[in-house]
Amino acid sequence: MTDALQPPPKKNPQTRTVSPTRPPERRSRATLGLSAAAAEGRFALQVCADCQTVQYPPRDACRSCLSPDLPWRDVSPDGALLAETTVRTSPNLYFRERAPWRTGLVRLDAGPVVICHVHGDCAPRGPVRLWNLLDRAGQAVLLAVPQERMPRMEDDPQLRQMTSDPKHRRVLITDARHPAVPALIKALKAAGAVEIYVGEPETWRPSPGRAALAEMGVDLQPLDVTDTGSVQRLAAEYGGKTDILINTARFLRPGGVLARGDTAFARDEIEVNYLGLMRLAQAFGPAMCARTADGVNSAVAWVNILSADALSNAPDYGCFGASNAAALALSQSLRAEFRGAGLRVMNVLTGPTDDAWYQPLPPPKVGPAALARAIVDGLQRGLEDVCCGDVARDMHERFRRDPKVLECERTMAGDQP
Amino acid sequence: MTALQKLATGLAAGTIRVVDLTHTLDPDFPVIVLPPEFGQCARFRMEEVSAYDHRGPAWKWHNISMSEHTGTHFDAPSHWISGRDVPLGSVDEIPPERFVGSVCVIDCSDQAEADADFLLNPGHIAEWEATHGQIPPGAWVLMRTDWSKRSGAAYLNMHEEGPHSPGPAAEAIRFLVEQRDITGFGTETVGTDAGQGMHLSPPYPAHYILHGAGKYGLQCLANLSELPPTGAILMAAPLKIKNGTGSPLRVLAMVET
Repeated sequence: MTDALQPPPKKNPQTRTVSPTRPPERRSRATLGLSAAAAEGRFALQVCADCQTVQYPPRDACRSCLSPDLPWRDVSPDGALLAETTVRTSPNLYFRERAPWRTGLVRLDAGPVVICHVHGDCAPRGPVRLWNLLDRAGQAVLLAVPQERMPRMEDDPQLRQMTSDPKHRRVLITDARHPAVPALIKALKAAGAVEIYVGEPETWRPSPGRAALAEMGVDLQPLDVTDTGSVQRLAAEYGGKTDILINTARFLRPGGVLARGDTAFARDEIEVNYLGLMRLAQAFGPAMCARTADGVNSAVAWVNILSADALSNAPDYGCFGASNAAALALSQSLRAEFRGAGLRVMNVLTGPTDDAWYQPLPPPKVGPAALARAIVDGLQRGLEDVCCGDVARDMHERFRRDPKVLECERTMAGDQP
Repeated sequence: MTALQKLATGLAAGTIRVVDLTHTLDPDFPVIVLPPEFGQCARFRMEEVSAYDHRGPAWKWHNISMSEHTGTHFDAPSHWISGRDVPLGSVDEIPPERFVGSVCVIDCSDQAEADADFLLNPGHIAEWEATHGQIPPGAWVLMRTDWSKRSGAAYLNMHEEGPHSPGPAAEAIRFLVEQRDITGFGTETVGTDAGQGMHLSPPYPAHYILHGAGKYGLQCLANLSELPPTGAILMAAPLKIKNGTGSPLRVLAMVET
């Protein structure tokens, strides 16, 4: 059974912070399909469309019939551990620094035999399940874990390298006014986050939820993502101890282009939803990137909460959707810029949330607890892309199937009576 | 000596003091808050363009943004619907001599301390005139409440039923406009109207009556406690913004010591 992960001691100010190193990143284009599935926490392999043979490792032609038609399908992740060994040193810096490292050979029920990382709780020759996870280079790796959930299995040192688990970590929530913040704090505390800082904009305005947040034992700090000076001030003091940043800042008004008649709200949406993200990244990104190998409470993840409208827009909340599409595009640049340090960008796409600005919309809507659950679950599983709620999941599925068909569906004006 | 020579001598000798009645433009300075479905007043923001670095090696400068009605600011007649057709109603059209004039300061600081919803009424003005003489035509009238000494949430003093801050009653503004022909009216609060001014008749009477009559407003003033009740000269020149309904500005007063 995994030893309980101990809270890190206070950092010794006389020792140098360990620089980030990374596992090998290079993959073939075919193999990136595995990373795409890992980003969403799915276990998928190529399955030959002609002869149904399951493929591994990913390839360009079927190992059985040479067909090039090898679509990715979710397949059973179960199998048996055939052999295992522990690597005690390596010419690769990343693994050298993290040895010993357990690896093994697993025969999948679906057919292929794979070389993979092995969780410490896996019994030799026992039944295992393969998790398709992103490593610190942001690429898919397979980890064999026991089929039954074990106590504290998330504390396994190899698994911990691949996730963004909040346990023993310090979290910055950027905007206290987001309606999901109390639920998010509760979920993060339950997941073992040790300190939670919550940014509070415009302290000169009354904040009805302030007292409740203060009672939850979080550290409220002035932070306004539209004010560069304010972002820089907080980053100067807290950037070096922010392990997970969750950007809850959001400016939202209904309406598309013609419903508005001016650009004032759109400017606010861009200021908060797009430039706010950029200001946070410029201020907090460098310090977080420098601390991705800093022990138990290393910096691990950057979380954006985005409207699923970012995938395909519609006029009801058209200008807000456009600002979220801009933020989504920016997050991809950020993902690449953070990747060298191993800092993970997790985008949580959500459908309409159950709060004042979506009040006229019928259910289903995403409640605060569901959003908080999706964020914490995504961090614990080390995901990059999370869909929260039926609306976002449906949008994402339709987007994956055919973006243009989705656009056609979402932009129909309706027939004249 | 000409009048201006006397003025220059007084300024040089320190017998005439210049008082700054302006708050610093600061991203954290409160602005008026309207119901969220309405358009909002932009906060003051400043972005660095370069700071003697690779973005511009020998110079530092910022891009700034704000509303016409952010910080210590001037309200022109065209700010309000009642003043939309007033001639010379926007800041770029107002004759410059209107920006400089005598100023009467009515001290309501005790009443405002006792009651955040204090309303200045004609009776208070009559009392003030009994002591300091009649308000001359063309004067600026400033309502001193010491509200500028508040900061943070206490400034807007916002509760669930809206903000609570002192201001003028409709009758007082009507008296100043119709009986005293003032140039404008100024306050230390976020607007020329009381925090609960939307519940008066007409709603926001200072805005409605002043601007309908082609008069001006000044708000978010500071340091009014340093002005005498009469005898000071006010200088309040807004930026020359084409069709501007108002403008942040530096408000100065000259005071004889």
